[in-house]
Amino acid sequence: MIDGVVTGEEDGRSPPLRREEVSPENMRKGGGVKIVVGDKGQSQASFSLRPWRHCGFHPIGEMGFSKDQLLDRLQAQQIQFSKYEHPVVMTVEALAKYVGHIKGGLSKNLFLKDKKHRFYIVSALADTKVDLKVLSQRLGLGKGGLRMAPEEAVAEILQVPLGCVTPFALLNESARHVSLLLDQGFKTQECCFFHPLSNDTSISLHIQDLDMFLNSVGRAVAYVDLEANPPVGKDQPPDLAALVPSDTLSITDVLEKTASLQVDSGVNSKPASVTAKASKLSSGSHKEKLANSAKSSSSFADPEKLIEEILEKASAVVLSEIKEENIKQHGEQLGAVVSSSIRKNLSLELKNLATMFKNTAYTEGFGAGTRCPAKRL
Amino acid sequence: MEKENETKAEQVVNPWEVSAKGTGKIDYDKLIDQFGCQRLDKSFVDRVFRLTSRTPHIFLRRNVFFAHRDFNEILDAYERGEKFYLYTGRGPSSEALHLGHLVPFMFTKYLQEAFKVPLVIQLTDDEKCMWKNLTVEESKRLARENAKDIIACGFDISRTFIFSDFDYVGGAFYENMVKVAKCVTYNKVVGIFGFTGEDHIGKISFPPVQAVPSFPSSFPHLFSGKDKLRCLIPCAIDQDPYFRMTRDVAPRLGYNKPALIESLFFPALQGETGKMSASDANSAIYVTDSQKDIKYKVNKYAFSGGQDSVENHRKYGANLEVDIPFKYLSFFLDDDEELEHIRKEYGSGRMLTGEVKKRLIDVLTEIVERHRAARAAVTDEMVDAFMAVRPLPNMFN
Repeated sequence: MIDGVVTGEEDGRSPPLRREEVSPENMRKGGGVKIVVGDKGQSQASFSLRPWRHCGFHPIGEMGFSKDQLLDRLQAQQIQFSKYEHPVVMTVEALAKYVGHIKGGLSKNLFLKDKKHRFYIVSALADTKVDLKVLSQRLGLGKGGLRMAPEEAVAEILQVPLGCVTPFALLNESARHVSLLLDQGFKTQECCFFHPLSNDTSISLHIQDLDMFLNSVGRAVAYVDLEANPPVGKDQPPDLAALVPSDTLSITDVLEKTASLQVDSGVNSKPASVTAKASKLSSGSHKEKLANSAKSSSSFADPEKLIEEILEKASAVVLSEIKEENIKQHGEQLGAVVSSSIRKNLSLELKNLATMFKNTAYTEGFGAGTRCPAKRL
Repeated sequence: MEKENETKAEQVVNPWEVSAKGTGKIDYDKLIDQFGCQRLDKSFVDRVFRLTSRTPHIFLRRNVFFAHRDFNEILDAYERGEKFYLYTGRGPSSEALHLGHLVPFMFTKYLQEAFKVPLVIQLTDDEKCMWKNLTVEESKRLARENAKDIIACGFDISRTFIFSDFDYVGGAFYENMVKVAKCVTYNKVVGIFGFTGEDHIGKISFPPVQAVPSFPSSFPHLFSGKDKLRCLIPCAIDQDPYFRMTRDVAPRLGYNKPALIESLFFPALQGETGKMSASDANSAIYVTDSQKDIKYKVNKYAFSGGQDSVENHRKYGANLEVDIPFKYLSFFLDDDEELEHIRKEYGSGRMLTGEVKKRLIDVLTEIVERHRAARAAVTDEMVDAFMAVRPLPNMFN
């Protein structure tokens, strides 16, 4: 492939633009042959492209899909799309400058988070009004339950650069629990524009194809009338409640995150802080509770953490029993007193811990066993 | 078996309704008479202590589990070296579980540990689908959610099989259902459960579903070849009708009659006129309640047996018969000595209601927090593992 920059007619309105009709036939012919159609209908062959480049300052992690990988997969499934390259854009207005004149609906994509650290992508036509307060209620999160997700989450969960939130991010394993809400309005468009995991490119495709593609990777898609504002109350349950991601992360998720995360996103606690807590569970803030449960979850899977927790609790009881009055009262017998105190206070709790530990280990084995490929005889 | 008189003048106790006579308390003596089961007296508690070499569970010591059928036979057999298995269940009608729901599970967990026996737990999602008019999907979903709370009570996965009716009914289980159904006439089931001509046929054919887990042949992957294995069913006394029917049928099918050990109802915060209800949030302490919620509910709603003024209280003491905080403490405060101390001090008026309530709040908070922590560690995979149709090779060890 030769590096070259060839464009169609410059019409003076919009900056130079590449348009590529990508179809399986084209690719089979040796890839990268583009038909560029200028305003006057002339066509000129042009050359294929520069290698995919990083955009912005956020390198995609090893596990995240790249734009090319995505486009390859789309082609493999024989999905028709048109690809447009343009300078990096961070907003819909900027994107409109480059592709606004082309037929198809531009999408604005919001990455949202609720108070229980669940994430949502709301993808809508640029003109659709999205009211976060209304959406929050319709999801059953109460008023003000939805916020824009923090920037770190875009990189960490969606594994795309800032300004590049797109339904395609759901391809990534890290986005497994993100719920996708698509504007019903997309269905009325012949095609719609989305970033294919990079914001120096947009592809336009029929929304049904996007739907089919996401379904093929096991992701559910929901169409929502985003401008609707149905009443939510005692007798009218929130109509979008089913779209709230089910359940919290599994233990392995928590463990992975604890190990790999640089950024504290509130869902996990760093390993160091696990041992620093006292034995009595405090019922302080919600975050603390989450951190506590993350901490105990990991003690159930990790022998070291389990022992740490047991020793913490036992130490706490010992320390609380060794007081001046007790020393005076029991003198030499203090050892026996402390020992029986430990038994009395901790016996039940430690047995429960051990049972959960056993259950967790069994579950892990069970999972491994059921996924074992059949023995080759 | 006579149909219980359902006019307001009599107390009503059946699997779908529990209410006392007029505004009084449930008369448990009358219930035992009416149902024909036995009182569980202290000699049983001592015997359990001797057989298991561990302190009997608080629910036994405090007479929360107060009635039984053939529990002595289970103990006799156990002494001879014959094992048994446990069977209990839950109707998953709501996600909100309160402490009253956990009572049978806490006790069953103790029995599992003390006697080292296996356990099957039935989630009657089909029943709730029919009685509460839920969709099939919703009842299945609730069954899984409830399973997590049940697992959080601390059951040993190597000895426990949880199943939901929608998933498991079929095969040998269904064969037993048909065998049981053949032995119970329409008239009889109407007599036991009070069905009418307006009730749909789903309800009328449901009782065998809850009956057959009492028979080991319903679980070929667990108890194959052990057709004479005995079954002990810890449950609340309102479930007795199902098992009266089962015990009636068992000999005709050549099976052992299941034994029962029954609990009384956990009183609502507002007092003893009924049982805790999942539909009234303030009648119960939920496992999702925060410490603040518990404090608020106990302080505001727990029915006090104390006198109306401090002077009167110091003079006459508290009425421990109706005092809810004290009653709850008798269920959950493990330390016998401390409870006795409170009984004396509060009963004589030296201790005030506020103090008792404060102690109760601490005790309940500890239980709820521990449950929550355990619940957080239960994953969907763990539920799958508990519910997998798999052998339990070490279930009697």
